Order: sequence, then C-alpha cells, then structure tokens
Amino acid sequence: MGQVLVVTSGKGGVGKTTSTAALGAALARGGDKVVVIDFDVGLRNLDLVLGAERRVVFDLINVIHGVAKLQQALIRDKRLDNLCLLPASQTRDKEALTEEGVAEVITELRTKFDWIICDSPAGIERGATLAMRNADAAIIVTNPEVSSVRDSDRIIGLLDSKTVKAERGEQVEKHLLITRYHSARAARGEMLSIDDVLEILSIPLLGIIPESQEVLRASNLGSPVTLNNALSAPARAYFDAARRLKGEKLAMSVPSESRGILNKLFGRKAA
Amino acid sequence: MSLFKFLRRGSAPVARERLQILLAHERCSSRGQTDLLGLLREEILAVISRHVSFEPEKVQIKMDRGKSVSTLAVDIEIPNGFGTAPA
Repeated sequence: MGQVLVVTSGKGGVGKTTSTAALGAALARGGDKVVVIDFDVGLRNLDLVLGAERRVVFDLINVIHGVAKLQQALIRDKRLDNLCLLPASQTRDKEALTEEGVAEVITELRTKFDWIICDSPAGIERGATLAMRNADAAIIVTNPEVSSVRDSDRIIGLLDSKTVKAERGEQVEKHLLITRYHSARAARGEMLSIDDVLEILSIPLLGIIPESQEVLRASNLGSPVTLNNALSAPARAYFDAARRLKGEKLAMSVPSESRGILNKLFGRKAA
Repeated sequence: MSLFKFLRRGSAPVARERLQILLAHERCSSRGQTDLLGLLREEILAVISRHVSFEPEKVQIKMDRGKSVSTLAVDIEIPNGFGTAPA
C-alpha cells in the first residue's frame, strides 16, 4: 500500500510545487513508484515544472467525473518511467473536485504506487483541505520568514483537525521542510535561523533546502532540480530529505554549492 | 556562437519558448475556440466505438502540443474476433 503525502504551506510561493517535483523525482530515482498530483484547480503548474505541459490530455477532474480512466490521465515522465503526474484541471471550477471523488482516486493510486504526493494549492480553502484530506504524512514547506511561519502554524492546525486521520483520532505525521535558506544571512541575524523556526513550529525537521539559482534554472528547463543537476546543493538537500522520508537517519546539514573549475573560471554559474 | 556565449546564454530562452507555446494553446481554448486536438480525439473514438466495442482502459491517448505542429496518438487495443456493436 502506497503512502500518501501532502506538500502544503498555507502561504504561496514558498516552494510547494518545486519541492513536490524534486522529492517525487528523488524517490523515483531510488526505484520507488511515484505519482505526483496537482490539486491547484484553475492554476496548475506542476506539469510545467516537470516539463510535461505539452502532453496533458486528461486531468484529475476528468477522472473524478468518469470522463477518463485513471490510467489514461496519468502522464509518465520522459526521464523516469516510474514517475507519473496526475494534472489538475485548468478550466473547470473548483467545486468539481469532490471529497468522495478524490478519496476514490487516492484509494486506487495506493494500490499502484509506493508514494502518492499531493501538491496542495496555497490558502486554506477547498483545494488545500482536499489535498490534505487523505494524507498519511504532511510536508510543511516553510521559508525562514515571519508570514510563512505563521501560515505554516495555521496549516498544522488544519492537519490536526480536517484530515481523515485526525477525525479517526490518529495523527498525520508532520515533517518540516525549510526552503530558500541562506546560511550566511541567518548567521548574521538577518534571517530567522533553523532553531528559531523549529522552536516556534515544534515539528520534526525533514530537510533544509538552501537558496540557489539551480532551482530557477531547473524550472526554466522543465526538469525537477534533483534530475536537472543532481549534484547541486538544493538537489543534494532534497535527496537527503527523500531518504529521511524512507526512514533513514541522516545528520542534518545545509549543503553548499561546490564551485567547479568552470565556475571558478567564469566567476559565476551559467544560469 | 562561441562556447563561452553559449554557456552564458542560460536557461531563460528555453523558459520563454516553453511559455510561448503553452500560452498560445491555452489562450485558444480559454477564448472558446475549438480545441482541434480534443475534438478529433472525441470524434475518432466515437467513430470507432460505432463499429467495435472496446474497453475504455484499452485506449491510450497521447498528445504533444508543439510550436507549429501538434501530434495526437490514439492507441486502441481491439480484441480479436470482436462482434460489431449494435448500430
């Protein structure tokens, strides 16, 4: 039976879609069968970050309405054939996403995949609550910045009340993923430190993704950062996070960009 | 173009071209213009289902929306010895 993860944050623009793609690809690289689902109805973007935007035929709402079979709507990644995407609908309205419909799709996916990763939309509306509804575990993506931390706290509250697990009196396992972290600025006291964020949110840390131009470069090219440049600092941080998700105990570190000879020559990264 | 210039050119031109292609297709459909690929897909399946009964799961549809050319691939597994579906 596959594990259902929700990647959520409350606040927009913190890196949910980037993290969904990067972790999905990292888990698939390790040999697991992975499906990533876009829950952002009307504003889908996971297809674009994965470079599959030209190949979308059917979407989640088509499957829920019975217009397409699940197997027809899944888009197989061109680089990794054990990584699939279930896109969100770009046109239909959000009401078309029903609680029962989503539950049915997730139940079917659990039998076919090891990991079902739900990319939540920003906010705390229907799309976000439906994305977390069936989750076994949640990845809360947070930037070391006041409004992001506050919104994450709000989302943690929802995970403890609005999910199937919470209603059964169980706990959704929670993991904190800090993104866009800048060690030097945190050291100078210009940015909240990891300890500050951990103390405020008090949930276990899954990983620290450093701020890096590799992330923009990967999204420009339509490739998860873990596939586009597996040796880059953010990719190494995502690979570590993926291993922690699988239960490995790894020392926490913030990978830094190692400057190769070409970069030293040009004085910057070709990004 | 020199290798140096090529390296410096970066990923933004790729992003720009991907967006132009995607948005050209999305704008057509949001303005209510017919999505030709979608229409062809529906009609091809309708014509075939008039003659053969096939399992919806046995149909694989692939599309690729390009800059000047798009492709539609409909792959239908038809069982041997099928009977003609009633008209």
